[in-house]
Amino acid sequence: MSTIMDGLSLGAIYALIALGYTMVYGIAKMLNFAHGDIIMVGAYAILTTLELTGNPYIAIAVSIVICTVSGIVIERLAYKPLRGASPLAVLITAIGVSFLLQAIAQLIYGSKSQSISLPDFGKVVIGKYAINVSTIITLVVGGLIMAGLTLFVKKTNTGRAMQAVSEDRGAALLMGVNVNRIIMITFAIGSALAAFASLFYLMQIPSITPTLGSMPGIKAFTAAVIGGIGSIPGAMLGGVLLGLIEKICLSIPAISPYTTAIEFSLLIIILLVKPIGLLGKQIREKV
Amino acid sequence: MALLEVKDLEVFYGMIQAIKGISFEVNEGEIVTLIGANGAGKTTTMQSIMGLIPIKKGTVTYDGQDITKVPGNKIVRLGMTQVPEGRRIFQELTVYDNLLMGAYTVKDKKKIQQDIDEICTRFEILGQRKNQIAGTLSGGEQQMLAMGRAMMSHPKLLMLDEPSMGLSPLFVDKVFDIIKDYHKSGTTILLVEQNAKKALSIADRAYVLETGSISMSGSASDLLNDENVKKAYLGA
Repeated sequence: MSTIMDGLSLGAIYALIALGYTMVYGIAKMLNFAHGDIIMVGAYAILTTLELTGNPYIAIAVSIVICTVSGIVIERLAYKPLRGASPLAVLITAIGVSFLLQAIAQLIYGSKSQSISLPDFGKVVIGKYAINVSTIITLVVGGLIMAGLTLFVKKTNTGRAMQAVSEDRGAALLMGVNVNRIIMITFAIGSALAAFASLFYLMQIPSITPTLGSMPGIKAFTAAVIGGIGSIPGAMLGGVLLGLIEKICLSIPAISPYTTAIEFSLLIIILLVKPIGLLGKQIREKV
Repeated sequence: MALLEVKDLEVFYGMIQAIKGISFEVNEGEIVTLIGANGAGKTTTMQSIMGLIPIKKGTVTYDGQDITKVPGNKIVRLGMTQVPEGRRIFQELTVYDNLLMGAYTVKDKKKIQQDIDEICTRFEILGQRKNQIAGTLSGGEQQMLAMGRAMMSHPKLLMLDEPSMGLSPLFVDKVFDIIKDYHKSGTTILLVEQNAKKALSIADRAYVLETGSISMSGSASDLLNDENVKKAYLGA
């Protein structure tokens, strides 16, 4: 039971990060490999604000703002000039941005791991199980954010425009959609989600290094591909699935050392069986 | 003064020149058609006017304003839009959401609802399939949707790129009826067509595009009776 809860909450974290990958891929048609490092940016933002103010809520707010702004700035400076360039050039730039962010963090904070003390919410006992309150918060808030995002994409003009740009950029332009603005909004939303992911991550593992974002980033990317890259429900499903599998594997001593191998094998199997991912859309090539 | 004036337009794909300095104009209230064979540069011309393909040389003026370098999304706000080649409706959205996308530049919510009701009366099939995913419509229905979607922005000038392409004869007639009707309600039309006979039959004036240059122009009725045009494009 508590394994399932832990798995779901880790899944929510992966899903939040995976949404950033999948939305940017769907709309800007690029893999933003620097996305994982936004989690690290958010983590250091929480750390520093917490040291300065001592107030965790201000820290969270500041982290969200800093992540969102970094997302927008990175898109403007690094990716926008490459609009229309070959996908490989964009990909390499994204990897470069990832290294840049890690190097900046290392310059400011050093490479040693720093611990952070977030308020401890304790545990609640439900029936015969003791469950961390932070796990429940992650699940509830993560769920609400995802529900809100789904509503936003389906029901608002901007959300509809995002779907339109994702499907056919030229046709969206003919509707009067400012494609650059939609791409910017997508980066902003993805980065804000990463800020939440970063907070929930620190609630589970309260230590920060400049490479903090790499592993959850790559796992969330895996989740996005498993769910079907470009698909929002796919990213949520992939994230939760991967979180559950990770926690279940870790809870069984015989296979726990192979957890990561199992997760990535799952990716390979799904790519073999269903290359577009679980909820992926068939890509229509224009003839 | 012409509503749309294209002057010495040149467009390149890499090193290859697709449009070799063409000039034409569309006056307010006209139906003007651009006819020509496959690969003559009709679609390229249309897309470059809307800013989908960069223009190398020449100018495009709309309503007295130079729009050569204006991005497409801003051109729509000026009152000119396009039903693109191949329809390009949003396949994954519902019919209703497609129409809402067409009204992206309209801010008045009540007006949008009125317009959608009007479009759904004009195109009954869209009214019946409002909540259906657009990708499940037939080709002809998708063309109706693409036209309805473009009408949602209330263009002063509507450009249609090959609206009859790939449609059954029944739908081809329907599409041309709709264009005539819509023109009567006060919209200027620029029509690109391979179906030259049909296009010339509803147009006021026409230009013949041949491998990136305009080879002939004149009133539609004159061109319809021109021996060369007959031979090359009317299959007579």
